[in-house]
Amino acid sequence: MNDVPSSAELDALRLSLEVAVRSVGFSLPLAVLVAWILTRARFPGRILFDAFVHLPLVLPPVAVGYVLLILFGARGPIGAWLRSHFGIELAFTTAGAALATAVMTFPLMVRAIRLSLENVDRGLEEAARTLGAAAVDRFVSITLPLMLPGILAGAVTALAAGLGEFGAVITFAANVPGVTRTLPLALYTAMQSPTGDALALRLAVLSFGLGLLGLLASELLVRRVRRLLGR
Amino acid sequence: MLQVSVVRKRPGFSLDATFAAPTPGVIALFGRSGSGKTTLVNIISGLSAPDAGDIRLDEDVLTDTGASIAVPVERRRIGYVFQDARLFPHLNVTGNLRYGEKRARAAPQVIGFDEVVTLLGLAQFLQRRPRELSGGERQRVALGRALLSQPRLLLLDEPLASLDLARREEVLPYLEALRDHLAIPLVYVSHQFDEVLRLATHIVLLEAGRVVAQGPVNEVSLRPELQSIVGPDLVGAVLEGVVTRLDAANGSADLAVGRGTLQVSLRDVPVGSRVRLQLLARDVILATQPVQGLSVRNALASTVTAISNDDYGAVLVRLDVGGETVLARITQDALQALKLRPGDAVWALVKAVSTRGHAFRLASGA
Repeated sequence: MNDVPSSAELDALRLSLEVAVRSVGFSLPLAVLVAWILTRARFPGRILFDAFVHLPLVLPPVAVGYVLLILFGARGPIGAWLRSHFGIELAFTTAGAALATAVMTFPLMVRAIRLSLENVDRGLEEAARTLGAAAVDRFVSITLPLMLPGILAGAVTALAAGLGEFGAVITFAANVPGVTRTLPLALYTAMQSPTGDALALRLAVLSFGLGLLGLLASELLVRRVRRLLGR
Repeated sequence: MLQVSVVRKRPGFSLDATFAAPTPGVIALFGRSGSGKTTLVNIISGLSAPDAGDIRLDEDVLTDTGASIAVPVERRRIGYVFQDARLFPHLNVTGNLRYGEKRARAAPQVIGFDEVVTLLGLAQFLQRRPRELSGGERQRVALGRALLSQPRLLLLDEPLASLDLARREEVLPYLEALRDHLAIPLVYVSHQFDEVLRLATHIVLLEAGRVVAQGPVNEVSLRPELQSIVGPDLVGAVLEGVVTRLDAANGSADLAVGRGTLQVSLRDVPVGSRVRLQLLARDVILATQPVQGLSVRNALASTVTAISNDDYGAVLVRLDVGGETVLARITQDALQALKLRPGDAVWALVKAVSTRGHAFRLASGA
């Protein structure tokens, strides 16, 4: 990183992107699975599971960060296990910031994917079945392609939202320059500094631009994919 | 032979159907909306499970609840053409056609890709997406897709129901071609008797979840159970005959039926073809004496074999015409005026033009 012209904005932008991309990459397959379970599976406690998945939408992000710290911190049950078995450190690391972001944006992603799955005509899956396609084959060849608009929309929205995750990140991963100081954390830090006004403004404009770009990209992508899918 | 004997009870509707029909051939499941036709084909396909019963196709057991046998849908090798086509929107026509073909590599080949494209006239659509096709074209693609999965049996659930009259004509000739050129048995669900008349070899009549009659088309056409389903205007004996003379200029043809000849309204059917026609009972006029000076082309010497009241206030007279059975629907007044009794000799008068649209060519040249 030494050869990159390092300014506070570039650092924060690079970190935000890294955190958001890692969080989406990690949670997307899981979100598809959870969306599938919530849409198609019938089991006792489904409503509770549904509520649990959506909890980050309504909880204070700080609370989510705190729970993560208890579970995934160096002395937390999962954190200690990850550390001793895999040497993975989550608290106060970039990976930890990605985890906190993933948890916070997970419900957004699940909602978008679930909506698209609900719109997949079960009749098409039945048709595939009469044509000789077994369960996994049907999912890969019919259901997944037809869900693609929702998956993409969910991923891009989560990416855009992930660029700006603040509360959970600062609680769980702290505000370490170059490690966990993402755009919103840098913005907050600049606002706290008596000489940071100009920097804060630049960071705010950057955040606005990125958010808008993300939402536009999501919309355009979904339209394009819908057309490709013959809708 | 397709043998089905299944029970499925649900709140509000129960199906208890048993039938056996020869294969190959076109087995029509005929009945009103809500009579259980779609439920029955879904059970045959395996998409629905019966509460109890068994399904056999030739030597193979597909379902036998007593022996806990239920071959999964994807391994039944039963093609299914749905009422709404259900083409995969993310694949083009070729992709749709190949979908089943790719998954049927291990099965004995019934028909190849090129043959299906030719048979169903799909060559100009191959690169198109389903949404760019008309309703009739979609059904042809669905038909081709099902055929290429190399099925042992093909189920068609009212494939024409969502199409208007013109679109139906886009599909019907292809269904006839299928019947005439392939040895795949078809189960054809319909509530339109003209489709059944045109395509089927065997009819299974369903009423409120039960099979009320079954058999070859001409036999079932005489059954009172059919009459209560199609209504008084579509009652009529179905006859089969061979074209002996064709008058292309006047659009008429002579048909050898049983021991007699019938002049009918028919075009584009070469001499020697087998034709099936329905003589609607309301179009058959009875005379107790030979008549002269009438435009009617057919005066068939017949014997009254039975007289019954129909459910609509009129009378259905069953006649023997040279070994064939014909139905005539007349009023109570006419019956009393003519004093008809079983055993009486009468002339059955049939206008040639009244057969227009009720006569169809069966297998070409057969």
